[in-house]
Amino acid sequence: MSMADVPLSWYLILSALLFTTGVVGVLVKRNPIVIFMCVELMLNAVNLSLVAFGRYLGDAGGQMLSIFVMAVAAAEVAVGLGILIAIFRLRDNINVDETNTMRG
Amino acid sequence: MILFLIIAAIALATALLVVLNPNPVRSALFLVVNLFCIAGLYLLLNAYFLSAVQVIVYTGAIMVLFLFVIMLLNLGTPDRSLNKLKAQAPLAVLGGLILAGTLVWAVTKGAPPIALPTEPMVGLDTLGSPQGIGKTLYDPKKPWLFPFEVTSILLLIAVIGSVVLARRSYGEEASKS
Repeated sequence: MSMADVPLSWYLILSALLFTTGVVGVLVKRNPIVIFMCVELMLNAVNLSLVAFGRYLGDAGGQMLSIFVMAVAAAEVAVGLGILIAIFRLRDNINVDETNTMRG
Repeated sequence: MILFLIIAAIALATALLVVLNPNPVRSALFLVVNLFCIAGLYLLLNAYFLSAVQVIVYTGAIMVLFLFVIMLLNLGTPDRSLNKLKAQAPLAVLGGLILAGTLVWAVTKGAPPIALPTEPMVGLDTLGSPQGIGKTLYDPKKPWLFPFEVTSILLLIAVIGSVVLARRSYGEEASKS
């Protein structure tokens, strides 16, 4: 219990700030790869708060959920980068402002 | 305590640099440092197996994939000049500040206090060790076995989907010939 003198709320605040940084990055950036990286930032922030909750409540569920989030994130990155490569082949340019063919 | 503050400061600084840096390759490298910091925080939280998985999966596999695609598509150019929505960035920063303020307020004052266990917890080391993770994950009495199987199917779908997406499509070849 040597590290328990760090309060749980500090971890949650750090997680909130990291998540907000990711949100702002998704909104500001125009390069879809950097947008993906900001999504990863958000997922990691949520993972951090899950693990912190699990640690402070003495429950294994937080770490289990984090493992599933990691697996889904890996799948998401693989499919997303595949989509980016397909778009790049189609138009030699993946600026998100011009990629609006699927707009309804 | 000191260790937490140092790691948290590095994580926040690199997260900001990921967003502020105009060069995607440098953003990716800062993100690697950030993910390492989060792995360090997992170590502080007694999640040893998860820390190793974080380093292997995120900084090993996912970031290599990112860098590979950046260099394959030659996207290393800064994207400052092709921004068309001028008002979006300040509005996004404003919204982000509001979101951060709300979250921090909710964590510190807004939410009702959680009843944390007061007695010193035993078995935290085994909870985060590979043995503990495996025992919890494959325990039929706990609800994690079915999501685990579903995740394996999801990964299979992702592999097939990315292969199909990255392959040169038939219509494109027909139009070229």
